Amino acid sequence: MKVQINPELCQGHGRCYDLAPGLFRDDDEGYGQVLSDGTVPPEAEHDARLAALNCPERAVQLFEEG
Amino acid sequence: MAGDDRFTLQALQTDEDETIGTRSEIITGPVTDWATDFSHLEPEWSADPYPIQDDLRQRCPIARTERFGGAWLPTRYEDVAAIAYDTDRFSSRSIILSNFRPPPELAPIGGSPPISSDPPFHHDARKLLLPAFTRKTVARGEPATRAFCHSLIDSFEGRDVVDAAHDYAQHIPVRVIADMLGFPPEDGPQFREFVEDLLEGINLPPDDRIERVSRLFDYLLAQVHDHLDRPRDDLTTYLISAELYGRKLDPSVVTGAMALLLIAGIDTSWSAIGASLWHLAKTPADRERLVAEPGLLPTAMEEFLRAYAPVTMARLVRQDMRWHGVDMKAEDWILLSFPAANRDPAQFDRAAEVVIDREVNRHAAFGLGIHRCVGSHLARMELRVALEVWLDRIPAFTLDNPGGVTWSAGQIRGPRTLPLRIG
Repeated sequence: MKVQINPELCQGHGRCYDLAPGLFRDDDEGYGQVLSDGTVPPEAEHDARLAALNCPERAVQLFEEG
Repeated sequence: MAGDDRFTLQALQTDEDETIGTRSEIITGPVTDWATDFSHLEPEWSADPYPIQDDLRQRCPIARTERFGGAWLPTRYEDVAAIAYDTDRFSSRSIILSNFRPPPELAPIGGSPPISSDPPFHHDARKLLLPAFTRKTVARGEPATRAFCHSLIDSFEGRDVVDAAHDYAQHIPVRVIADMLGFPPEDGPQFREFVEDLLEGINLPPDDRIERVSRLFDYLLAQVHDHLDRPRDDLTTYLISAELYGRKLDPSVVTGAMALLLIAGIDTSWSAIGASLWHLAKTPADRERLVAEPGLLPTAMEEFLRAYAPVTMARLVRQDMRWHGVDMKAEDWILLSFPAANRDPAQFDRAAEVVIDREVNRHAAFGLGIHRCVGSHLARMELRVALEVWLDRIPAFTLDNPGGVTWSAGQIRGPRTLPLRIG
């Protein structure tokens, strides 16, 4: 699984870095950023889904591989 | 900053002036039909707006009123979201629905930027504020907020009944925002008057309203001068020194932004904290579960924000148009009810229930799109700390007199009297 944030949609609500701090961080203006290259380790898949499902702007996008 | 002559009374006068713009007839009194004559200022709405919104969503999802010179009330999530995202057709130049429409030339800045601003100005003004309101920045105020919450509860010593709205919830954001702006903490009671004047005095006579608004701006101007004389590390000094497009900010932008932070930062968090305590006081099962499982608080808090979202915004229609089945006219108001959107069954399972372990909760309590509440991280910090401290110190509490609970009127909704039995 991979995760990315669409910067056109992100408004800095911060749900992703609250719910999945292992996958996301905030920048200096509070917008969400994906840590590393966006690859989600299997144990973090639940957190990634929570982040995507709770983003009010639907800016967090998941890509399931395989 | 000596010699800064931006902040003379003369320079600011036009910005407090409500003589340009248009006024509509003040219409009050009982609502005949919520689909054609709604008013969010009537007591029935304040007491319990949710059955009204649920009914409208079913039978007339974009309700109308001729009050306020004409306004629309969408209650479906999809319509509220579409309007929030469509800054071309819906202007933010006034976000408090009233009987006064500021002139269209006030856009794109508006009277209290950036909440009252439209693109392209909005983005640049908001960018100035964002670093001061990130989760990291507001976290620096958490220890002081926690200590303050404890001191409020210490003051309950010996009492069996307290007013959680008046004696607890309201003090927290007042102190936090005074600290951030660098205003004297003892001025707190005045801030609450400013808030009531602006947000609840909608149907007052124009002269009365103008006088109340100028009282706020006189206060802000005095604070600006105090900060010009003694610059310090706070938001007021930051705004005075900030630059946009290579120049210092226009004085009306400085005081407008200060007014916004003061007004928007108080009623809102006060309401969220109060509504959460009200829910827990009347729902022992949820209260007991939260006390037993404090780890559930972040999820429960989001659910309180969804179900009791305190903030409704407004927009002005730019041009005549047919929109989602209704004929909107230029200058019609939109009452943009995030609370109604948050209870739309098409968007949320069990929308009318408060489910404190709701894991998926894509609510719109802080708005959607470019005007996402700039203080949302601050509000969440205040709400979390206020509830943590309360539940830790007072794990058992009930409504002392359910009939004695009163709610604010207008676009910010929360309990203003909340008698709780704590002994």
